[in-house]
Amino acid sequence: MAMEPQTVIARRIALELRDNMLVNLGIGIPTLVANYVPPGMHIFFQSENGLIGTGPIPEEAMAQPRLTDAAGKPVSAIPGACTFDSAVSFGLIRGGHVDMTVLGGLQVDEHGQLANWMIPGKMVPGMGGAMDLVSGAKRVVIAMQHTAKGKPKILKRCTLPLTSVRRVDLVVTELAAISFADGKPTLIETAPGVSVERVLAATEASLVVPPRVSEMQIQEKQP
Amino acid sequence: MKTTTLEEAVALIPNGASLMIGGFMAVGTPERLIDELVRQGKRGLTVIANDSAMPGRGIGKLVSAGLVRKVIASHIGLNPETQKKMLAGEMEVELVPQGTLIERIRAAGYGLGGILTATGVGTVVEEGKKKIEVDGRAYLLERPLPADFALIEAFLADYLGNLTYALTARNFNPVIAMAAAVTIVDAEHVVPVGMISPDHVMTPAPLVDYLVA
Repeated sequence: MAMEPQTVIARRIALELRDNMLVNLGIGIPTLVANYVPPGMHIFFQSENGLIGTGPIPEEAMAQPRLTDAAGKPVSAIPGACTFDSAVSFGLIRGGHVDMTVLGGLQVDEHGQLANWMIPGKMVPGMGGAMDLVSGAKRVVIAMQHTAKGKPKILKRCTLPLTSVRRVDLVVTELAAISFADGKPTLIETAPGVSVERVLAATEASLVVPPRVSEMQIQEKQP
Repeated sequence: MKTTTLEEAVALIPNGASLMIGGFMAVGTPERLIDELVRQGKRGLTVIANDSAMPGRGIGKLVSAGLVRKVIASHIGLNPETQKKMLAGEMEVELVPQGTLIERIRAAGYGLGGILTATGVGTVVEEGKKKIEVDGRAYLLERPLPADFALIEAFLADYLGNLTYALTARNFNPVIAMAAAVTIVDAEHVVPVGMISPDHVMTPAPLVDYLVA
């Protein structure tokens, strides 16, 4: 059975995790990455409302009204968790102490610049912590669908207001993993069963295609 | 520090005042003070907070009651009424990146003339702001943001006004406690002096002006 697009994305991004990283996950697909932490690996998950050590969503009756995620929803805290105020939380983010952030995206362009916080005249939710996260985290990974209503989201130039001028490091979609490690959008992997041609057809930006593009190693291991 | 009733505490706030209100999506927001603001019908308020919560909770109640003239926040996405009133021109909204908002408030409370941050450089956020280069990196000069009143939700308060907060309800509370001319606290529990260990006090008593009894 084929994997859901968001499962492909979350599983692939989970491969970027390393033991003892401090990681901030945005709302939406990024949240799912926490479900695929490799066994035995310890990750410090930060919630920017003031928590390191975010745990699974509690059962309804076990929810603590003063223990919530950045969307205001109940979470749990694992043993060894800590809480702090918003100045500390954003000091962690802006100060380069967060090893990796995973965020959703509306558009990413050839220069690795991200737009993910507003659609003028349509959707103005506010940037929340996104601008600080992109400006300050050591590594920025974007989790998003490759296209929106059939239109490419990886463009030559973002048409929506930018989140930051800082270049993102990696974009993962249900079709491909695209790295900006050397400044250019490079197709490093395709999803299982997806051809390079299909990725190129769904992408407006000019991708660098190395002679050999490997397949994402995201299949569930058979027990 | 004075202990006071809910009614008297809110009566101190004039129409048109600027209020910093603790809370993140209404977690850590002093709901009793909000309800009393609505009951007394304080109008033309400027609200400085992380977000405008959601309808029926925290700051969302002030928005729904039409008491807010302006919101300065990082996020209004979970409150459709804020967006509706903004688009209809009934309410002014200033969006500030979350890390910049908390630092502008901190700057006001810590006696700083502003802060320099790389957040927002090259985006719409930099419009009208001074750009300053330090050691080859560009920063925006963000100005201090003070207020007339800070409305705080604490978990424990002692009778001197020392405060602690619980879990993620801390968020903006200890920072706004330093940045407003008058700080009003609503605490879940009021405990005798000495019950909070000196190491555990998060907001020192001299910062608190009124404790709602």
